[in-house]
Amino acid sequence: MRVNFTVNGRPQEADDVWEGESLLYVLRERLGLPGSKNACEQGECGSCTVRLDGVPVCSCLVAAGQVEGREVVTVEGLADYAKQRSCGHQAPEGHDSHTGEGTELSPVQQAFIDAGAVQCGFCTPGLLVAADEMLERNPNPSDADIREALSGNLCRCTGYEKIMDAVRLAAARQGEAV
Amino acid sequence: MSSPNGTPTKITQGSKTKGGIGESTLRPDGTLKVTGEFAYSSDMWHEDMLWGQILRSPVAHAEIVSIDTSEALALPGVYAVMTYDDLPTAVKNYGLEIQDTPVLAHGKVRHHGEPVAIVAADHPETARRAAAKIKVEYRELPVITDEASATAPDAILVHEGRDDHHVGHVPHPNIVHRQPIIRGDVQEASKKADFVIKGEYTFGMQDQAFLGPESGLAVPDEDGGVHLYIATQWLHSDLRQIAPVLGLPERKVRMTLSGVGGAFGGREDLSMQIHACLLALRTGKPVKIVYNRFESFFGHVHRHPAKLYYEHGATREGKLTHVKCRIVLDGGAYASASPAVVGNAASLGIGPYVVDDVEIEALALYTNNPPCGAMRGFGAVQACFAYEAQMDKLADAVGMDRVEFRQLNAMEQGTIMPTGQPVDSPAPVAELLRRVKAMPLPPEQQWLAAGEEADVRQLPGGLSNTTHGEGVVRGVGYAVGIKNVGFSEGFDDYSTAKVRMEVVGGEPVATVHTAMAEVGQGGVTVHAQIARTELGVAQVTIRPADTQVGSAGSTSASRQTYVTGGAVKNSCELVREKVLELGRRKFGSYHPAWATAELLLEGGKVVTDGGEVLADLVDVLEGESVEVEAEWRHRPTEPFDLRTGQGFGHVQYSFAAHRAVVEVDTELGLVKVIELACAQDVGKALNPLSVIGQIQGGTTQGLGVAVMEEIIVDPKTAKVRNPSFTDYLIPTILDTPTIPVDMLELADDHAPYGLRGVGEAPTLSSTPAVLAAIRNATGLELNRTPVRPEHLTGT
Amino acid sequence: MDFLRPASWEEALAAKAEHPTAVPIAGGTDVMVEINFDHRRPEYLLDLNRVGDLTEWEVGEDTVRLGASVPYTRIMEDLRGELPGLALASHTVASPQIRNRGGVGGNLGTASPAGDAHPALLAAGAEVEVESVRGSRLIPIDAFYTGVKRNALAADELIRAVHIKKADGPQQFSKVGTRNAMVIAVCAFGLALHPETRTVRTGIGSAAPTPVRAKTAEEFLNAALEEGGFWDNGKIITPSVAKQFADLCAAACNPIDDVRGTASYRRHAVGIMARRTLTWTWESYRGTAATTEGAA
Repeated sequence: MRVNFTVNGRPQEADDVWEGESLLYVLRERLGLPGSKNACEQGECGSCTVRLDGVPVCSCLVAAGQVEGREVVTVEGLADYAKQRSCGHQAPEGHDSHTGEGTELSPVQQAFIDAGAVQCGFCTPGLLVAADEMLERNPNPSDADIREALSGNLCRCTGYEKIMDAVRLAAARQGEAV
Repeated sequence: MSSPNGTPTKITQGSKTKGGIGESTLRPDGTLKVTGEFAYSSDMWHEDMLWGQILRSPVAHAEIVSIDTSEALALPGVYAVMTYDDLPTAVKNYGLEIQDTPVLAHGKVRHHGEPVAIVAADHPETARRAAAKIKVEYRELPVITDEASATAPDAILVHEGRDDHHVGHVPHPNIVHRQPIIRGDVQEASKKADFVIKGEYTFGMQDQAFLGPESGLAVPDEDGGVHLYIATQWLHSDLRQIAPVLGLPERKVRMTLSGVGGAFGGREDLSMQIHACLLALRTGKPVKIVYNRFESFFGHVHRHPAKLYYEHGATREGKLTHVKCRIVLDGGAYASASPAVVGNAASLGIGPYVVDDVEIEALALYTNNPPCGAMRGFGAVQACFAYEAQMDKLADAVGMDRVEFRQLNAMEQGTIMPTGQPVDSPAPVAELLRRVKAMPLPPEQQWLAAGEEADVRQLPGGLSNTTHGEGVVRGVGYAVGIKNVGFSEGFDDYSTAKVRMEVVGGEPVATVHTAMAEVGQGGVTVHAQIARTELGVAQVTIRPADTQVGSAGSTSASRQTYVTGGAVKNSCELVREKVLELGRRKFGSYHPAWATAELLLEGGKVVTDGGEVLADLVDVLEGESVEVEAEWRHRPTEPFDLRTGQGFGHVQYSFAAHRAVVEVDTELGLVKVIELACAQDVGKALNPLSVIGQIQGGTTQGLGVAVMEEIIVDPKTAKVRNPSFTDYLIPTILDTPTIPVDMLELADDHAPYGLRGVGEAPTLSSTPAVLAAIRNATGLELNRTPVRPEHLTGT
Repeated sequence: MDFLRPASWEEALAAKAEHPTAVPIAGGTDVMVEINFDHRRPEYLLDLNRVGDLTEWEVGEDTVRLGASVPYTRIMEDLRGELPGLALASHTVASPQIRNRGGVGGNLGTASPAGDAHPALLAAGAEVEVESVRGSRLIPIDAFYTGVKRNALAADELIRAVHIKKADGPQQFSKVGTRNAMVIAVCAFGLALHPETRTVRTGIGSAAPTPVRAKTAEEFLNAALEEGGFWDNGKIITPSVAKQFADLCAAACNPIDDVRGTASYRRHAVGIMARRTLTWTWESYRGTAATTEGAA
């Protein structure tokens, strides 16, 4: 089947999609957006978290056919998404993400690097999408709020301490910026 | 400042260089990892690629009567189906030390999930449907699942006709390897004991549960070879095992490390490597294989479950008199790293304590359970759980404080190990315990901190709303452990580093190329720091790891910063000498200091140790480049004697201590760990931020196996019952406490910069500390880990 | 496999009538796991995401009509007052990501005894609104669960909504898992006080082949509360009554041993949760009663 939807502000079309394919598979294998990760494919780790019409979901549990006509934001589009949010308006269309030095990162992405919250990094994309969404709703989270909001994202490397530091740092920087 | 425990290392060269060792520089791959553009092995993609699928055994032990692949082959979109009969050469097995693992099962399957056939097709679903159409007829055999069934006189042999180098000294062919260690006279020493404590302990099967599933892409090369993009812990070890099965010379099997989503020992053994290469060579097309989580539980070895039997004696004054112990590890169906795990369990079996009279026996079984091998802590973990429980019981019997009892018996520099090897670098065991005990305790009843209503997120059960404080009792526990660093027992444990220095864009740039597997630990960060320190440059390029450079050994045994870091340092030093030689040739006549002074590379310049600038590196290197590829090895070790266990087996030890504070809902048997404080001697923290990250991560894996993590194998069928993240639980952020870390830096003069491997030690002591805290809260004996609600409620 | 994408409820019913084997998919949190792990290959997937009114709810006089696909996040955030037991249960469902997708219709459709919503629905009192092209009917929640992962739906029926009684008193929900978040129930317990009818209702999850009520325990407690005049005098429930209630709840279980827990632990834990949730709700009821009296 064919599926048309919007990813990171760009219209996308996927063809010859097998009906049992997940949104995760379509993003990773058909649209060249492997940032969303395939750690468990059973909704138990959060590494494939994307925003579907603004709401964080596990993309492994969304059937590809269910996203027809809907809007998806992945980690690849997170910096632009955060930028548009801070500018307070919707940019007309997304553009391709860039790599390496000089890349403009969202506050939460930068905080993950600065706080040492990234080790193997496989959980990182999902955590970033979830953490960014939490900070959007709750700019001054308590530690317990952060833990609750991120309780659907497993990390095996860090013991979560540096992830807590990163989210606190992002919240603090966000507070300063306002 | 000197201390009775040891002193830090002094560093001259590069001490002023920004971004050098000792600083918390940030990861070079950080930006790629937070933007989703870092290419992990499962992200590989190639035009026209096929998908590989493995058909696995649904039973644990059976003869294969027949395999019929015709229906699978007939399915449209299927390009190849391969079984044992399709293997191209006479080499059909692989293995880390013993080549006992069939690439595809032949005649027999020995464990649940063993690979039987492989398929390549144009879509993963086509490949799955094809695999399902392969008809395999099994004739089931009785299963061997424990020591009794393995060593019964009439036991079926898991491997018939063994010819490995251990078979000569094991008491039964279903024992992979056995290592006794005998020192002093236990019989005599036990007479001095006023208290004797015996205990029997069980350690459950833990999974590495790295998040990036086994995966990779094999691309056929025009010369008949293959290029494999893979997530592994050791490229060259994979290569050594892959090439013979493919019938290719090693130079025709090119390997490039792709992004690795964690490892923790689970990628030491091969998983889909050979399968992907076989299918690629058979079809002439690129083949990608990605396990899902279910398959991942069958696709790698686990931590050995163990039974441990201990007898400790102590005098009235609290001095240990003797230790007798027997450690039985279940190695499962294939050897993997079992022999080395046995060596560790035996040699580290009594922990970081002074005991002159010991009798230790450690062995690993062949059974039909899932194969077990390397996991963070490697044999030392199981022993630490048991001896630390014993130490608490002894302290109680003697009537001493549990920490003081440990401190009284703590080893220090100069202590002789049970293997007869003296500990020849700082061993601040008592000091680590002192530090962890001195940390302030977390406040009581934090669930009431925010207001009158109980915040369930701070309570056992968490969001599940099981208690608002009812039945909740706090407990505190301590533990300390000892882990070896690097490969032991005479293994030639070397690493190779290629370092190049040249001018790029008007700036001096160092390029570091190794085959080190970056699995998340931050080796790439540290290599750049070492190059900056040793070469005085700001710009360092880290080349991707591949087999175009010599082996860097395994990313395991806490060894990479020590050994590959040591190799990078060594190659940098050789490059530095060459650069200075070049400088002398070009500019030596302009200044006498070129010949007479100690010269350093600092801030892109050649300077004297007095700080006088002699030349810019840009001028020295103009039109030239300097490159060195060299191997570097740590001090040699030697094997343990097979009868007495004596020998200089280990190159370095690593120590960590934990204090766990838990709250237990004693009625429901649910546990919340409130805090897990750790003190560890790291020798020299090359990157403090990364070191603390390692300690916190290792601590959390220890917490997991204390309260939730266990692969459950049905003892009747040897089948895995919980191969998923729904039922194999690892800690979430709500299960993980604050982990304050107190880091000691006492130099090991034998190691580069005085550093000590850090990754594993915290995984050891975390588990027994949590268990001790739960025992403290409940008064229960708890001789098994993980502890489950049933054990805490007696139900 | 075919993917059916009805744009309206009527189209969905027609599709289900035409293809009774079609598997409805809304949040996907059960179905997609089975597909990803090759445990299930339905001939048709029937996507309900485009049927907008399934994600809506109406608060009526006595009941809340909760669309089958209203995400758990909405229930726990927007319906805490009307459906406190279900809101608490919703908060224990898996993870925030899953709670954003999953709804009560999925729990009911799968009818796993481990579904978190069941004990709360049983305790509150509810009816399941199901429909087919043949017409609509309301199935009382007590008659809905017919066996392990089986329910009272006919092959051509779809779950449209659940009609849940609005709380007329305190409600509680507890669930035991071996992890502090994102965990499937080892067992779970829901309890609702209904001061208007002077009754207590319960629900037990994961401790029997289907979700069940502890009816003997309810009857015992109803009688004990009535006899002691507790509803009026607002006294503390005596420990012996609470204990007997807890024992009877444990006795209502018919659990199995599995990888998540033993049968005897499940019985034990249900007893503890019954006692605690009774204490919490009753304390809350007494508090409310005292406030009301004080105000009068």
